[in-house]
Amino acid sequence: MDTVADGADAAKGADPVGAVAPADPVVVLDDAVAVLGRFPALAGISITVHRGEIVWLRGPNGAGKTTLLRLCAGLLPLARGTGRVLGCDLATERDRLRPLVGVLGHRNGLYLDLTVAENVAFWGDTVGAAATEVAAALERLGLADRLALLPVRRLSAGQQRRTAIACLIARRAELWLLDEPHSGLDAAGRDDVDALLRQAAASGATVMVASHEYERAGPLATAVFDIRGGTVMGTAGGSVTAGAVASPRDAGRDR
Amino acid sequence: MTWWRTAWLIARRDLLVEWRSRVALNQVFPFAGIVMVMFGFAIDDTRLMESIAPGLVMVATMFSLLVLVQRSFALESEDGALDALRTAGVSSSALFWGKSIALAAQLAALQALLIVLAVVLYGSSVRPAGAPLLVATWLSGSWGLATVGTLYGGLAAGARGRETLLPLLLLPVVAPVLIGATRAVEAALGARGTVVDGWPWMGLVAVFAVVFCVGGTLAFGPLIEE
Repeated sequence: MDTVADGADAAKGADPVGAVAPADPVVVLDDAVAVLGRFPALAGISITVHRGEIVWLRGPNGAGKTTLLRLCAGLLPLARGTGRVLGCDLATERDRLRPLVGVLGHRNGLYLDLTVAENVAFWGDTVGAAATEVAAALERLGLADRLALLPVRRLSAGQQRRTAIACLIARRAELWLLDEPHSGLDAAGRDDVDALLRQAAASGATVMVASHEYERAGPLATAVFDIRGGTVMGTAGGSVTAGAVASPRDAGRDR
Repeated sequence: MTWWRTAWLIARRDLLVEWRSRVALNQVFPFAGIVMVMFGFAIDDTRLMESIAPGLVMVATMFSLLVLVQRSFALESEDGALDALRTAGVSSSALFWGKSIALAAQLAALQALLIVLAVVLYGSSVRPAGAPLLVATWLSGSWGLATVGTLYGGLAAGARGRETLLPLLLLPVVAPVLIGATRAVEAALGARGTVVDGWPWMGLVAVFAVVFCVGGTLAFGPLIEE
């Protein structure tokens, strides 16, 4: 695989479950509420995201960006409203959704005692990726040489981040949900990540990025969500639309 | 990817992590050995030591189980890998089986070492007729402890104060294995009763293993989901 496109093609061939036609929206949330403990971290979000878009979620800390990503990954239950991601109902089909989604959160999800190559191979194996796909993912992130043989624990933060992104590629995710993907990376690494995300989107994957880095995420995004207090306060660009939202107080009362 | 292949993938990865980090080999196994030796010094009675050796083997195994389970889930939580496994759609029951297989392999190796140590340090001997009982207890005990350890490790993994919570939850639950395996090993080693007397105790250990295997397969998903 020279590009992410090949991985995406392989994914389409290997697992038609959850496949969405190009024109269909990848993410559709309608009045979606997600609760952390008793607090409505998302208070009635309505959005639509189409295939191939790079959506930037921006807002202050605690606004609900990470919660929105976790909801779209099927990691959080929907407390109210409706939602479909990659054709899967968030209320009833979260198990079917998860293999189709790649999440890169604040932590990398790596096994620190294993080598870079072993980590990428493991995550590739979870979806039955071929050895050539794993090798290509390592190559694409510049991890194919001596770095591949080093335990992740001995890598810098930026190298660990690159390894995590290589795992996402090996997993053939159709929807990439990234939380501060540039953190810990040097300038060259950030450029690589940006190029990679553009390639992923061009090849049909959809990318949602939560980021505080305006100078990076701004030029990268085809659409923007402004999120505050668990609601979408505004949008810009692309085909993303935000619907009417309830206040956090209302959402909590409805539960 | 088939369910079995996923379980094997998880087991292989856990054992590979152990092989790379050598935590069990360099820390847990010596710790269990030290427990055996220290009890030997404390008791300092050759005849008594011979009769309590099976119990000491199981006590050292219990303490080591706590460390191995903590380690098994620490590697999942250290960099958020458990969340990543959930996102990847890995079957929770396959995850349970994979982690149990890896833990059982380590426990089986540990118990084999401790039985050899009991023979060397405490003068225990295996009756030829007791060998099948010893092997059956060794295998079912390892699997039973591994399944209950994985189940409660998953329960404690997301909890605050999990290092202290795990022993509190786990030790009372493994009491049937401690008692049953001790009695069966005593019979196999000739420390108490006949070999025939040991088989019902082995049966208790096997039933325990089956119960927690089934329970863990069903309950592990909801546990780690919380």
